[in-house]
Amino acid sequence: MIKIFKNFQKKDIFFVLICIGLIVLEVWLDLLMPDYTKNLTAILTAPGEKNISEVWVNGGHMFACAVGSFCAAVATAFFSSQIAANFSRTLRTRLFDKIESFSDAEINRFTVPSLITRTTNDVAQMQMLIAMGMQAMIKAPILAIWAICKISGTSIMWTSAVLIIIGSMLVFIGIIIAICYPKFKKIQRLTDDLNNKARENISGVRVIRAYNAEDYQRNKFESVNDEITRNNLFTSRVMGSLMPLLTLCMNALTLSIYWIAAILINNKSGMPERAQVVEDMTAFTQYSMQVVMAFMMLLMIFIIMPRALVSSKRINEVLDTTPSIVYPKEDKGVSFKGEIEFKNVDFNYPDSKVACLKNISFKVKPGETFAIIGATGCGKTSIINLIPRFYDVTSGEVLIDGVNVKDLSKNELEKTISLAPQKAILFKGDIKSNVGYGPNNDVDIDRVNDALSISESSFIKDLEKGIDSEVAQGGTNFSGGQKQRLSIARAVYKKSKIIIFDDSFSALDYKTDMLVRKNIKEKITDSSIIIVAQRIGTIRNADQIMVIDNGQVVGLGTHKELLNKCKVYKEIALSQLKEEEL
Amino acid sequence: MAGHLGTQGSGKKEKLDLKALGKLIVYSKRYLPFIILALILAIGGAVCTIIGPDKIKDLTGSITSGIFLPGGVNMDDVIRYGVTLIIIYAVGLILSYAQNFIMGTITQYTSKRLRTDISRKINALPLNYFDTTTKGDILSVVSNDVDTISQTLSMSMADLISSIALFVGVIVMMFKNDWALALITIGVSMLGFVASAIIATKSQKFFNKKQQDLGKMNGHIEDVYTNHKIVSVFGGRKKETEVFEHINDDLFADNWKSQILSGMMLHSMTFVSNISNILIFTVGISMYNTNVNALGIIMSFIIYARLFSQPLSSFAQSMSSFQQASAASKRVFNLLEQDELIDESNKTIVLENIKGDVIFDNVHFGYSKEKEIIHGFNANIKRGQKIAIVGPTGAGKTTIVNLLMRFYEIDSGDIKIDGTSIKDITRENVHDLFDMILQDTWLFEGTIKENLIFNCQNISDEVVNKAIEAVGLSHFISTLPEGIDTKLSDSLNLSEGQKQQLTIARAMVKDSPLLILDEATSSVDTRTEIIIQNAMDELTKGRTSFIIAHRLSTIKNADVILVVNNGDIIEQGNHESLLKKKGFYADIYNSQFVTM
Repeated sequence: MIKIFKNFQKKDIFFVLICIGLIVLEVWLDLLMPDYTKNLTAILTAPGEKNISEVWVNGGHMFACAVGSFCAAVATAFFSSQIAANFSRTLRTRLFDKIESFSDAEINRFTVPSLITRTTNDVAQMQMLIAMGMQAMIKAPILAIWAICKISGTSIMWTSAVLIIIGSMLVFIGIIIAICYPKFKKIQRLTDDLNNKARENISGVRVIRAYNAEDYQRNKFESVNDEITRNNLFTSRVMGSLMPLLTLCMNALTLSIYWIAAILINNKSGMPERAQVVEDMTAFTQYSMQVVMAFMMLLMIFIIMPRALVSSKRINEVLDTTPSIVYPKEDKGVSFKGEIEFKNVDFNYPDSKVACLKNISFKVKPGETFAIIGATGCGKTSIINLIPRFYDVTSGEVLIDGVNVKDLSKNELEKTISLAPQKAILFKGDIKSNVGYGPNNDVDIDRVNDALSISESSFIKDLEKGIDSEVAQGGTNFSGGQKQRLSIARAVYKKSKIIIFDDSFSALDYKTDMLVRKNIKEKITDSSIIIVAQRIGTIRNADQIMVIDNGQVVGLGTHKELLNKCKVYKEIALSQLKEEEL
Repeated sequence: MAGHLGTQGSGKKEKLDLKALGKLIVYSKRYLPFIILALILAIGGAVCTIIGPDKIKDLTGSITSGIFLPGGVNMDDVIRYGVTLIIIYAVGLILSYAQNFIMGTITQYTSKRLRTDISRKINALPLNYFDTTTKGDILSVVSNDVDTISQTLSMSMADLISSIALFVGVIVMMFKNDWALALITIGVSMLGFVASAIIATKSQKFFNKKQQDLGKMNGHIEDVYTNHKIVSVFGGRKKETEVFEHINDDLFADNWKSQILSGMMLHSMTFVSNISNILIFTVGISMYNTNVNALGIIMSFIIYARLFSQPLSSFAQSMSSFQQASAASKRVFNLLEQDELIDESNKTIVLENIKGDVIFDNVHFGYSKEKEIIHGFNANIKRGQKIAIVGPTGAGKTTIVNLLMRFYEIDSGDIKIDGTSIKDITRENVHDLFDMILQDTWLFEGTIKENLIFNCQNISDEVVNKAIEAVGLSHFISTLPEGIDTKLSDSLNLSEGQKQQLTIARAMVKDSPLLILDEATSSVDTRTEIIIQNAMDELTKGRTSFIIAHRLSTIKNADVILVVNNGDIIEQGNHESLLKKKGFYADIYNSQFVTM
């Protein structure tokens, strides 16, 4: 927890000091007011004619205190809101920067949804802790100690009454929290469960109906519903006693102060001493209220604290992670032609003992089309992930134009490699900005149109705004095949020496698949092309085909060669086409 | 998803919708006697709170007068007043707890009922409701809206009533004691109330802006994090960081502005209560400087002032709670009042032991009235045939099988199974006739065995294992620590293909006379697919089956291939005859062999 506050900037720390000063001022003024109340009570209880002008003088002083305290409080609010907002901004920036420097290994370890919550919700929790907690954390102890000092001199009976009441308040709250806290945790889990069951029912609505399983599903939902209701009932009944009990404590405090006052008066014989008791009584009532307030404030911190603790841990986890892939700063200064070579590459995913790729070697000459085929999960994507360094090899070498990719700067890798990933992904924006995605926002319209025609994205012509058409978050306003074609266009637009298509053609129908490949063949002549595919038709024309089975190369050659010498390739081919069609 | 909707929704100001609240009251009318009891208790509690300060005044009176009496304070009086107060406080405690207890219980039972009704409703809605409403929207009704109703309403109902009682009571008591001080207290409190209302509207603006900023930020980081590979390969990092910083700065500004305003609101309330205390003291003393119990009056007014500001702020709070609750209940009842599927309890024909002749007779259908998708579809399918439906996306392939399953009702024409129109039997009966396997694999939290058996009765492990064997998963499942009793969870990391294999196995367990496969093997690699197909052939022997696939190797062996485009059959025949025809099908199929 403390560690996360190292993200405070100098300005923030300076502001914290100002806040402390202002809060001391505020507490001083707040505690001054009961003194004037005491004076006023003295005037009131003094026998004979009252000095009215003195009443107004005291009142005026009190007013000044109230105004001063208000101003100090508002100023504190200003500085603390600056601190909280700035702190959360700093945290978000650092998280974003850090996550951007992550490689796939780290992103997959945390998962994207979790990284999103860490950047937003968890930071918001920290901000709330500071916004609500910091003032309380500074003010409550100062107020409590100062107020207790002020009242402790007057009467032991009074002081002990205050302490007893505060003690019993804390005990009540403690007991209630102790009873409810485990239940709250349980409710949290049950709420997730309930949501899951509801989600299950909605997403599976067709299957459930096809199986006439409505009652089966409803029973599952109801059993969670029953349990959550039972727990909710319990906590609501226990928590329902909190406010009435606290009110009772406050009332009891007032009553006991008065009652004790009566006893104290009877112990004194002189009139002035007795009047003094009444004066003290009024002041004491106000002081004790301040002390109670201070404890309530502290209590609030304890309510926010547990969640903030969890959040700070989650944020630190991200900030403390060192990216597994670091790029050299300097350019290597190679003029790239697009040759790719794998030399005895072994690879396992981090945290996994099982080898994913074993002894992969191959070479792609500049301008060649190289295809990789194999069953799902055999390691095709893992191979191409090693080229742009989404992961690093476990052993062996990946070379581009003879240079190990580990020696290339980020900039050089970016310039040389282009990619259409397995799952086509689009950015919120428009078609133009998606196809022409790059380091800056300048998009060459002609190149965009060329890229779209290569990827057979004729559907754009039917859109009202053409390439200015909006793309929704996640590209949800386009079908799978359309997204795939836009993703291919993006890979082509970049005009890199190496273009990788990771299973990009499987969502296209056979004819479009063929046309896109034909366009690429005709229009892109000086780039090396790597195609990962499942369909024989997609790859049969490639210059070289590599067959992968269980992470190993089981065949390498042209379509014809492989049919003759590679058993796995022949099996795949025959599962799709007839003997005479091959 | 729900978060997104939330941020969009909060940008607009929710209006208080009395009609929606009315529905909620009607919905919970069975608890009406208890609600009334709770309200009476709330009023009782308020009365206790009000008469408290009056007794404090008397107590103060007897204490202050004791200063001047030789015998000191009359302890009998003190004890009398003290005990009265203790009784009042104790009664107040009991009353308010009883009220909380009742309202809490009612709330929990009501939200449970709402959840049950919603879950029942989900199963009774026609499917097109799910086509037009997103999953996130429905889910947010189950979780967020029901919660909002239960949380806001239980508090504010009781709060509002006791606040009104408190409000009226305090005014009465103050005027009874002293009208001048009463006016001062009310005046100052009102002033403070108005001031904080003004600040509240101002800060609301920044809160809304903050919510919008957060929405933007969520969208942006979701884009960047999920598209991490693209950002990295295409060198977009600097650009994305600039966009992020821009949103981050906006968020910073709106954050501190909204925060300082809400801080000011809190402080101005304290300030106002200080001011009213000062005025009560100063004015009180100048007015009552000869009255013996001036202090008692002043002390009681200070408590009154505090009590008076309570209902004022809880009025404001209840108003916004009611707004939220009414908006939430509007969404809940909007769902609960949707038209349900037509009741079919009067249908008596039951189809059992069917042979499997299926006839589509001039079927017309559109998801909406304006746009017809299927224009007079005709097909005569003989028992035991394997029918494949192919065609481009959006051609209406899935629609045809959806109509066969009666997921939607056809607009005109008829579909007959063994000569009986599917309109004449119940939907449940239709569903029982089919095994349906969809492209979207749906598996639920539970063990593999539970997922395969699903709601079927009396299924032995042997049947389950046979199905697993048939889809080629037995090796994989034997490597799992608990075999078929392994729980499915995210950590198990099933591939899409494995999930499809499991759903096929589930259909095999159900073992119905007709079979529909809608892109059921699209994620399974072609070699595994052949294993499954062999098992299927065993299963489908003699059964009529319908197969939709865009991978043509999947459907090559079908007895009849229906080539569908724009809702019409444009070609039909088996693989060989269609290739000979050199039409649409042949064109697509042969593009695999174009040499370049």
